[in-house]
Amino acid sequence: MIHRECGVLKTTYEADMALYPLPIARYTVAAIAVLFFLVIPLALHEYYLSVANLVWIAVIGALGLNILVGYTGQVSIGHGAFMSVGAYTAANLATRLGSPWPINLLAGGLMAALIGAVVGIPSLRIKGLYLAIATLAGQLIIEWTINHVTFISGGVQASIEVPRPRIGPYVLASQRAMYYFLLVFVVIAIVGTLNLVRSRIGRAFVAIRDQDIAAEIIGINIFRYKLLAFAISSFYAGVTGVLYTYFLGIANYEQFQIGVSIDYLAMIIIGGLGSVLGSIFGAAFVTLLPILIRYAMEAFSGVFFSQATMLNLIPALRLTLFGALIVVFLIVEPEGLNRLWRNIRSYFRVWPFAY
Amino acid sequence: MLDWQFSLLLLSNGVLIGLMYSLIALGFVLVYKATDAVNFAQGEFVMIAGFVVVGGLTVAGVPLAVAVAGGLVAMIAFGFALERVVLRKLIGRPVIAVVMATIGLAAILRGIGPFGIFQGTRPLPLPLPDEPFVLGPLFIPPIQLVGGGVSLAFLAGFGWFFLRSRKGIAMRAVADNQQVAMAMGIDVERYFGLAWAMTGVVSALGGVLWGNMLGVDVNLALVGFKVFPVVILGGLDSIPGAIVGGLIVGIVENFAAGYVDPYVGGGTKDFAPYVLMILALMVRPYGIFGKRIIERV
Repeated sequence: MIHRECGVLKTTYEADMALYPLPIARYTVAAIAVLFFLVIPLALHEYYLSVANLVWIAVIGALGLNILVGYTGQVSIGHGAFMSVGAYTAANLATRLGSPWPINLLAGGLMAALIGAVVGIPSLRIKGLYLAIATLAGQLIIEWTINHVTFISGGVQASIEVPRPRIGPYVLASQRAMYYFLLVFVVIAIVGTLNLVRSRIGRAFVAIRDQDIAAEIIGINIFRYKLLAFAISSFYAGVTGVLYTYFLGIANYEQFQIGVSIDYLAMIIIGGLGSVLGSIFGAAFVTLLPILIRYAMEAFSGVFFSQATMLNLIPALRLTLFGALIVVFLIVEPEGLNRLWRNIRSYFRVWPFAY
Repeated sequence: MLDWQFSLLLLSNGVLIGLMYSLIALGFVLVYKATDAVNFAQGEFVMIAGFVVVGGLTVAGVPLAVAVAGGLVAMIAFGFALERVVLRKLIGRPVIAVVMATIGLAAILRGIGPFGIFQGTRPLPLPLPDEPFVLGPLFIPPIQLVGGGVSLAFLAGFGWFFLRSRKGIAMRAVADNQQVAMAMGIDVERYFGLAWAMTGVVSALGGVLWGNMLGVDVNLALVGFKVFPVVILGGLDSIPGAIVGGLIVGIVENFAAGYVDPYVGGGTKDFAPYVLMILALMVRPYGIFGKRIIERV
């Protein structure tokens, strides 16, 4: 990741596709793991850990959406709805049957995968813009259904409280416990995605993205792989929804409205389409941005605005900055933060020489 | 159980509202027809136009006609500027780039909306009577009648523009094949700007009409969500399609609200058009009047 190799010396495809191109990559990953598993959770205050937890949740969701949009090229504006499917499945199981969290997590993911595959069925006939609108319809219909079917939403407010997850006798109540809990799933999601995209399935996805008719001609079953992409992506979304529900302690459809779908699209566009590292960058960036804006606004609030107007302005400002960032990244750096990172890396690879 | 008077009322209401949807959908169709770009910010265009007109009325204190004219000019300028600054840079990029750019734009506009002078909903008064016309069993609010009339006039006007006028024919040529149009001496980029400016005009009028009906605030942008069912049903690049799609959506949502709402507790108005749209996408994705695209490797 951060190492400087002295040239491209690979002679086999296996070497080219290896997760660790050089031994030093292993040490880098080990160092990052130590940083995130030991240093950060022990050094930071609970509040900052709760922010980190939000980032971890977003990372999983962004990875899922990137599989669908970045790798397979199927635009989806329904990611938030798939998260809500996972969240409500888990919340209903937890409150009605009292089932433990591993079952809820899996059930939430699988249910979201199923619904996601159903929403993905139109992708067989339509693509691009039409698919975007079809997934938008999926988002609105799922939102409406959850909001209006009391069997799912559990009442008028459409929110269900869930008990804290527990491992054996230990209840995960503190943010620090939640941090480790979420980090495990983040690692699984990252490794899973890395392995998925270099496998047969992942390469079929990329082939469909680059030229779907040609992909069909070389023998890729487009229907199967498109639905698979929707299912995998929605599985990630469902798991994200379940984790978010456990993080908040409550399942509420307002947490999964269309704005969330757009936030996740913003993450993968700002981070970089078709890149695992980009999904992580984007998720961190988009999650931290409103928090940083709030700090900045609070620092200047006495100067420009009163407290009350500021509280009104923060969401508006956040929305505007978001939109501006999406537009600027699309125009200036379509490959996102991941590309910026690669540029920095390739600059330092030969530093201090020019090439 | 179908009460014919009630049904007739729903029908007339649906037709008039549908025509007003058509007006907004027309803005979407104009841009798609000429530039192949999709505008996910159509509702926000309408909202901004409403803000400009209300701002002219209340802050600047000018008469209504001047405020509407100001809104028109502002939206035309906005359309040209937007094309020049954002969308021209995205020509030739994948669909998702344009989709996301307009979604980002929608976020910007919705964020700017409540800034500054506007807190809360502002009325946009038009010199129209409040009492509905009563025609037998029908109650027709004047604003809807005016809205439907304006919509029809604009749809006819743009229909004529594309079929007969020199600029309209050039614009169709641009839409059909940009390279060939360029080779024939058509300034493609100018026509792109023109298409966005035309969307600005339509949005400005949409903003005045819908702003009068709903009041001007950020939620005015939600009208944009109705655009997608309308254009998908009618066909993305078809002006008659915008009318027919608008009528279908208006009628369906009114009947859904009238007959289904009592059983499910409301909200079917926003829901039914999308269900219809999904069905339409399955059966006929290019719409009733849309151009069927044949793809090659």
